[in-house]
Amino acid sequence: MAVTNLTIDGAPEVQGRSLWADARNRFFRNKAAVTSLIVFTIIVVACFVAPFLGLRAPDYINWNLSSWSAPDLQTGYLLGTDGNSRDLFVRTLYGGQISLLVGFTATLVSLVIGVVWGASAGFLGGKVDGFMMRIVDILYSIPFIFFVIMLTVVFGRNIVLIYVAIGAVSWLDMARIVRGQTISIRRKEFIEAAEASGVSKWRIITRHIIPNTLGPVVVYVTLTVPNVILTESFISFLGMGTQEPGSSWGQLVSDAAVVMEIAPWAIIGTGAFLAITLLCLNFIGDGMRDAFDPKDR
Amino acid sequence: MSAAPLLSVQDLKVHFDVSRKGLFAGPPAVVKAVDGVTFDLKPGETLGLVGESGCGKSTLGRAVLRLLPATKGRVVWLGEDLHTLDHAAMQEKRRNMQIIFQDPLASLNPRMTVGQIIAEPLTTFNPNMSGNEVKERVRQMMAKVGLLPNQINRYPHEFSGGQCQRIGIARAMINNPRMIVCDEPVSALDVSIQAQIVNLLMDLQAETGMSLIFISHNLSVVRHISHRIMVLYLGKVMEIADRDSIYANPLHPYTQALNSAVPIPDPDLERQKDRIVLKGDLPSPLNPPSGCPFRTRCPRATEICAQQMPELLPAGPSHHVACHHAGPRD
Amino acid sequence: MAAILDVQGLKTSFTTPEGPVRAVNDVSFAIHAGETLGIVGESGSGKSQIFMSIMGLLAKNGRAEGSVKFKGKEILNIPVPELNKIRGVKMSMIFQDPMTSLNPYLSVKRQMTEVLETHRGMSQDAALAAAIEMLEVVQIPEAKRRVHMYPHEFSGGMRQRVMIAMALLCEPELLIADEPTTALDVTVQAQILDLLGKLKRETGMAIALITHDLGVIAGLADRVMVMYAGAVAERADAGPLFKTPQHPYTQGLLRSMPRLDEARAERLQTIGGQPPNLQRLPEGCTFRDRCVYAFDRCAVERPPLRPVSPDRAKACHLEAL
Repeated sequence: MAVTNLTIDGAPEVQGRSLWADARNRFFRNKAAVTSLIVFTIIVVACFVAPFLGLRAPDYINWNLSSWSAPDLQTGYLLGTDGNSRDLFVRTLYGGQISLLVGFTATLVSLVIGVVWGASAGFLGGKVDGFMMRIVDILYSIPFIFFVIMLTVVFGRNIVLIYVAIGAVSWLDMARIVRGQTISIRRKEFIEAAEASGVSKWRIITRHIIPNTLGPVVVYVTLTVPNVILTESFISFLGMGTQEPGSSWGQLVSDAAVVMEIAPWAIIGTGAFLAITLLCLNFIGDGMRDAFDPKDR
Repeated sequence: MSAAPLLSVQDLKVHFDVSRKGLFAGPPAVVKAVDGVTFDLKPGETLGLVGESGCGKSTLGRAVLRLLPATKGRVVWLGEDLHTLDHAAMQEKRRNMQIIFQDPLASLNPRMTVGQIIAEPLTTFNPNMSGNEVKERVRQMMAKVGLLPNQINRYPHEFSGGQCQRIGIARAMINNPRMIVCDEPVSALDVSIQAQIVNLLMDLQAETGMSLIFISHNLSVVRHISHRIMVLYLGKVMEIADRDSIYANPLHPYTQALNSAVPIPDPDLERQKDRIVLKGDLPSPLNPPSGCPFRTRCPRATEICAQQMPELLPAGPSHHVACHHAGPRD
Repeated sequence: MAAILDVQGLKTSFTTPEGPVRAVNDVSFAIHAGETLGIVGESGSGKSQIFMSIMGLLAKNGRAEGSVKFKGKEILNIPVPELNKIRGVKMSMIFQDPMTSLNPYLSVKRQMTEVLETHRGMSQDAALAAAIEMLEVVQIPEAKRRVHMYPHEFSGGMRQRVMIAMALLCEPELLIADEPTTALDVTVQAQILDLLGKLKRETGMAIALITHDLGVIAGLADRVMVMYAGAVAERADAGPLFKTPQHPYTQGLLRSMPRLDEARAERLQTIGGQPPNLQRLPEGCTFRDRCVYAFDRCAVERPPLRPVSPDRAKACHLEAL
C-alpha cells in the first residue's frame, strides 16, 4: 500500500474523543449519580449563598424565643432555635460552609501530596519505594483521636487544627492507592515505549503514570470528601473542633443530640443535612467509578 | 553493505533471580532467559529472531536496547558497550534505537492524543523545536505510515489495531533511528492487516536503510521480512543463517521441527506432509536440561547431548549451527 | 449423511449505548455426522458468536434469533435446563485460552469427574477411571498421577489437552473448537492438531473448527465456511476453496499469507482498508470498500449467499473470479 501520496494539507483536523469525554457521558447517563449531583449542588449553593439571602444572622439571639423552640413556619424559624435562641436553620447553613470547606480543601491537599508521593514511590520502586511507604505506615499507625487530642491540648480549640489533623492523615490512603495503580501501570508497554524514547523519569511519572491513575483517584476523591466531613463532624462532636460562635455540622449535631428528647426536630434537621450530603457524595462517587471503569459493574 | 557491524552482541546473558527471599527463603532459583547469545547486525539488515515461549527472544530484544539489565556479556552499539554507559550517555543513544510492541493499543498512552504520542520522542531530543515544526513533522510521519494527518487529535482507542500499530511505527521512526527492535509487531493483528504492516516496515527500511531485529513466532512472516534468521531455544542459539538456508537447508533438528510444524494453507500438501511431531513439552526455564536444552524433545539426542552444550559452529557460508548431530532432515 | 447441526437464518446482535452491533447476519449452514467444518474469519467476522449463540453463552446484552436444530430438535433460546441436556453432553466446546476455561481452584480430577457424575450418573470410582482413560487418549503422560493436579501445574499445551479430554468425556457427537491452537506455540500446535486429527479418525465425531489460520483449516477441515462482517462470504469443500477461491475476500486472504513452501515474493499482496465496523455496516456488499473487483451493483445491493455448484456457495455478484 503506497504511503506517499496522501495529502498532508486538505482535510480539517478531526477532534478526538478522549477517555474523559467518554467517562463524562457515561456519568450523565447514570440517573442516581446525576440526581445526587443536583441535590448536592443545591445544598452547597444554599450554604455559601446564605449570607447574601437576607436571612437572619447566625449569631442573632432572639430574646423572645426560648432555647430549642420548635420550628415555626410563620416566623421563618424552619428548624426552630438552638440552645442560645439562634436560628438553627441559618446556623446549619453557615455550619455547612465550614464542613464543606474542610471537606474539600483537606481532600485537595491530600490529593496533591498523596498522588505525587504514591506515584513516585510506585514508579521508582526498590529501596526508595520501601522508605517512602514505611513513612506512610508509621504515620498510619498514629492513633488519630489521640493525635487530635494532643493537638488540642497544645494549640487549643482551633479550626486550623482540624485542617492540619485531617490533612496529615488523609493523604496516606491516597498515596497507597496511587502507588498500587502505578505499580500496575508501570509494566505496561506504553511506559516501556516512553523509556525507550529517552523520556526522563520525572516526565514519565507526570505525563504517563499520573494521568492514567486518575480514574481511581477521582473516584477516591469523591469518597474521601464525605470521609473528611464525617471525621470533622466527629472531632467537633467530641468537642474539639470549631469554636463558638462559629459552627459546623458536627458541632450542631453534637449540641442537638443532648436535647434529643425534648427537641427531636433539631437533631433530625441538622443530621439530615449531614446525612443527605454524605449520601449524595457516595452516589456521585459510585457514578464516577462506573463511568471510569464500566467493566467493573 | 559496510564491513563494520551496527550492533555486536557478545555472549549476552540475562538472568533473573526469582528465588524467595526473607524469612521464608527458598532455594536459589534463576531464570536464564538469555544464556549466551552472540550475533552481529549490519546496517540495513533485518535479523529475524524465532523461537517459542521461554526462548528469550523478547528478553533479548529488550536487553539489546538496555530496557533490561544484562547479567553478563556485551552489547556493542557503534563501538560502545551500552551496558557500561552512564544514564545520560545511554539516554543519548536512545535517539537511534527504537522499539515497536506486540499489543498495538497497550503500547500507546490512552490519555494522549496520537499527535502527542508521535511527537514525544521528537520533543525529548529536540526540546527547543517550535510547536509548529513539531506538528509538521508529526503530520508528515503520519502520512508516511499510512495514517490520515487530520486524525492527529484523536485518541488511541478510536483507532483499529492495524492503525494503532502504524502509530507505534510512526513514533519509533520520528527520530530516524538506525535500528528498530520489532517485538512480535503483527502477532496481534488480523491476517489481512499483517501483510499491510509487513509491507510498510519493508518499505520504510528500503527508504531509510535502517536495520530491524524482527522477533516473531510466525515463521512465514519472519522468512518474508528477514535477511538472516536466528533460532533460539531456552535462551540459547540453535541455528543462525541467511533466510533461504534456514528454510531450504535447516541443519538443526529444532529448526526442522519448526519448519515442519507450520501449517500450510493447501489441503493436499498439508495432509500429505510428513510432519515432525516433537514429543513432550517445553522444559521450564527454571530448570533447563543439562547440556543441550533441546535434547529432551530431540529425535537425534544421544549421551553427549546431555553432557555438553554444543558450540555454535560454522556449517556453510554465513550458516552456524549448535548441534552435535547437525545435518539435513533424515 | 444426516445433519447433526442445522442452522437457518441465525441473527445475533448486541445492544450497546452506541446502538446495536449486528455480530451475526442471517447465517445458515449445516454440519453432518463425522464431518469437520472449518469456519474461517478475522475479528468481527462473527465466527465465534455463531457458536456462542448456539451454545447459549451470549453476553447479557446479546440476542439471537433464527433456527438452530440439533439432530432435528430446535435448541435456540430454549430454557437452560433443556439446553443443559445437550451442551456438554452431545455437543461440547473448547476454547482458545485453556487457563481461563479451567477452574484454577479445582483439581483436574474434580472437574472431570463432576462432568461424568452429573451427566452420566457414574459413581466416583468409575468416573475417576474414565477420566484417567480419557487423559491417556489425549496423550497426557503419567495420567494416573497428573489427574490429581491443578490446572496451573500443566503447561499450555497440556491444559488444552485436558480441555479436549473434558469435552470428550460424554462422547459428544459434535465438538466445537474455538481457536483451539491460537494461543499455543507452533510445535505444540502441531501436537494438538495431530491429536485432533487422530480423534476425528477414531471417534467419527463432527467438528466445528473455528480459526483465523488457513493452514490449520487446510489440515483438518472437510468443508470450509469463510465469514466476513457477520455473514458467510463463501462455503465450499476444502480442496476447491483453496485451489479456486470464488470470493474476493478468500482470494485476498490466501494471497496475503506468506507461505513457507513457496518461493519468497518480493512484496506481500494485501487486502487494503480496515475490517468493517459492525455498528455501521455499509449499504450493499460489506466487502466492497476493500474489494479490487467491486463494481456499481456492489454498492447498492448486498449479495445473498447463492449456490454456484452442488457443493459451493458464495455471496458475491461476480460470476467468477
